[in-house]
Amino acid sequence: MQSACATLEIRDEADAVDAICAAKAKGDCCAIVGGGSKSGLGRYAPQTRALSTAALTGVTLYEPDELVLSARAGARLSEIEALLDQHGQQLAFEPMDYGLLFGAETGDATVGGAIAVNASGPRRIKAGAARDHLLGFRCVTGRGELVKSGGRVMKNVTGYDLSKLVCGSYGTLALLTELTLKVLPKPQTECTLLAIGEEEAESLALLRRASATPCEPSALAMLPAGAAPLALNANAAATRLEGPAISVTARRDDLVARLARGGLRFETLDEYDSKALWRGLRDAAPVAAKVGQIWRISVAPSEGFAVVERIRRAGAPVLAHFYDWAGGLIWLRLETAPDAYAGVVRSVVDASGGHATLIRASAETRATVDVFHPQPAALAALTHRVKASFDPAHILERGRMRAEF
Amino acid sequence: MTLLMPKPEPAIMSRRNELIARLAAILPRESLIVDEVARRAYECDAFTMYRALPLVVTLPESVEQVRAIMALAAEMNVKVVPRGAGTSLSGGSMPLEDGILLGMSKFNRILEIDYENRCARVQPGVQNLAISKAVEAQGFYYAPDPSSQIACSIGGNVAENAGGVHCLKYGLTTNNILGLDVVLMGGEFIRLGGKHLDTEGYDLIGLMTGSEGLLGVVTEVTVRLLQKPPMARGLLLGFASVAAGARCVGAIIARGVIPAGLEMMDKATIHAVERFQPCGYPLDAAALVIVELDGPQAEVDHLVGVVQDIAREEGATTIRASTSEAERLQFWAGRKNAFPAVSCIAPDYLCMDGTIPRARLPEALAGMDRLAKEQGLSVANVFHAGDGNLHPLILYDASKEGDIERAEKLGFDILRLCVSLGGVLTGEHGVGVEKRDLMGEMFTEVDLAQQMRLKCAFDPEGRLNPGKVFPTLHRCAELGMMHVSGGKMPFPNLPRF
Repeated sequence: MQSACATLEIRDEADAVDAICAAKAKGDCCAIVGGGSKSGLGRYAPQTRALSTAALTGVTLYEPDELVLSARAGARLSEIEALLDQHGQQLAFEPMDYGLLFGAETGDATVGGAIAVNASGPRRIKAGAARDHLLGFRCVTGRGELVKSGGRVMKNVTGYDLSKLVCGSYGTLALLTELTLKVLPKPQTECTLLAIGEEEAESLALLRRASATPCEPSALAMLPAGAAPLALNANAAATRLEGPAISVTARRDDLVARLARGGLRFETLDEYDSKALWRGLRDAAPVAAKVGQIWRISVAPSEGFAVVERIRRAGAPVLAHFYDWAGGLIWLRLETAPDAYAGVVRSVVDASGGHATLIRASAETRATVDVFHPQPAALAALTHRVKASFDPAHILERGRMRAEF
Repeated sequence: MTLLMPKPEPAIMSRRNELIARLAAILPRESLIVDEVARRAYECDAFTMYRALPLVVTLPESVEQVRAIMALAAEMNVKVVPRGAGTSLSGGSMPLEDGILLGMSKFNRILEIDYENRCARVQPGVQNLAISKAVEAQGFYYAPDPSSQIACSIGGNVAENAGGVHCLKYGLTTNNILGLDVVLMGGEFIRLGGKHLDTEGYDLIGLMTGSEGLLGVVTEVTVRLLQKPPMARGLLLGFASVAAGARCVGAIIARGVIPAGLEMMDKATIHAVERFQPCGYPLDAAALVIVELDGPQAEVDHLVGVVQDIAREEGATTIRASTSEAERLQFWAGRKNAFPAVSCIAPDYLCMDGTIPRARLPEALAGMDRLAKEQGLSVANVFHAGDGNLHPLILYDASKEGDIERAEKLGFDILRLCVSLGGVLTGEHGVGVEKRDLMGEMFTEVDLAQQMRLKCAFDPEGRLNPGKVFPTLHRCAELGMMHVSGGKMPFPNLPRF
């Protein structure tokens, strides 16, 4: 928890309207808490009260052959995934569980929280993030108004696509009450091809080559030697292939033929080991150890290696790192410093294009360092106006994303 | 039914000469169209039912010119209507008599193709298909493929969140965009995203996509490129009833198969197509389902077998699987000709665009039949079955007294039916002016007020493409202060346009 403050249980939408209107009247600001698994994310900004969505549980609609599921915001992801699994389906955006990084329980995450942080996982490169799967929602805005947007159908351009906007808004626009998601069939099987023994830059180049083949990889990650969960004694480029068994085998063979060259060793992880590997990478296992501060950096895949090198050369002590999304996503664990080396990290990332988010650091650091990437003035002003359109009095998660609101 | 647009403001009309003089200082002569005959070319987009002569047409070539025009428009308080290739089916780029038409057709260059990062930076006037053509030799393509793709521009695709027949598997425009450059009303320039995934902060790329030109003018787009699948095969499945066809579509998806394309058409369309250009569709079928599977050969052959099994279980009366590329294309030929074929069985047609939960299809078609009979008209249906996107084609004869009004009324009734079945007003064509006055069927005043407040965050004076999407105009100050109680706005009877 960010701070100890009075917690109000939200049982339904009417409760949410009342609570937010009351907060507005008193000038309070409210944290929105589901399972509490992401309380350590974002700027450190204590709120005067907490609104708990833990009681807003339950799947309200699930039609497997229409690929649609609706749930209240406090429904656990683990329960939703278990239900989908019974029908051979899944949340294709592979939402990360932050429990491992924060040294907390896993399995606490709620669907509302996954949407609020625009959760994604290794399959982001093929299937998208939470934003690509939210079809519609109901919420109570910071004005205390009950608003709905979108629908339950796959294709819908009626009005602005507010679903995109609430994904990744960290609760600063509205308290989400109910979400409707696109769900997808689970692949019949999967395997992972490991290409072992290249230098880091070459391993990443190999992943980019794999991504340009018709082998349809669903995940492409690079693990430096020794990185959990594989702990190999050499660098490994990991490519996940999913689909019908006959296709997975054919594509694995095709990929080996396309990538093979002298000095490179291939290993294949079967379905069981492959699943364990990507669960670990999804939850950032290679950088999860308790010591140090953790950054998550999104850049163009071809820039990944250079960005890490420049951060190192600029003097930031890298304790652990790995790459997902063929190099486009960098996870970094740095030695702890009061400023989390934010200046170094941001200036390197700015030079190559992208953004860096400080995921794990002490409350003191997250109170003084920009957790989210600073924005140019015009964009920052527009962002502020968008916030005000939902929550003019800054009732919801005040200061969680930006100091100015 | 007559469309009411915001009344031309005399204060703007009377300053036309001054506006033209100031625009002439920004633009080269050939980029400024003042002459009435030349302006006529822009009086409508592909939604031709309503037209208006724009005050002046500008065709800027640079971001600086766009910024200058937007700054001038804000300074002189003149409306601006952005336009791509003008293929909108909902009147999204219909001009305003007192507005500048901002045509983006000269922004027609592909700026960079970055195979390593599998993306391309393109100007908004580039044709959708031109992107795929530019990268096909390297084995890539740009996935969203609206049926207008030989003409429509990528900037227009962003404005409308364009779809296509492959979007169940590969997504809509919004799922295939990495970056946008945007000029706001007033001339401010904003860069969103880039070559990386998931811009941090509010997802303004997602908000801009599908905003129908009401929030900003897009001056550059970074699109994702996908590797072309090695091969594709098609299946042609005939059914004795629409319900059986819909059940089969559901069964394919429930079995875990997401086809690249999954289309359906009704008997009226099958017969129209076969009369127009025979392509071997079964005339005894009440519904025809076309399935396309793509990917590596082993996977495609396997899935063709799976779908054939399902079709047999679901009682298909015709099951054909393509064994050659020519045969696959032949399966599609009828579907691709559906619109011209229908225009041969009726003098005019109106193409609607609702989406429904697929399981409600039999109800939707029965309801449509009933509504059509009430108006003495008939309807042919083509259907993106995988994602529930219906395109009812209302057949009418514009030369017959009252037919246009009846067709329009039927269209509205059909869209209301879609909403009542749990669907939405528009799946891919946009609201524009066409469906604007139906927004209240789906949204409460409170829902709409929140959307309009967002517009205010981008365009506080409401000068960018007003009169589209929202059925009423409110001043931003009024929306900001508005207190809502019991789901009702304080001024429920506020005048429409």
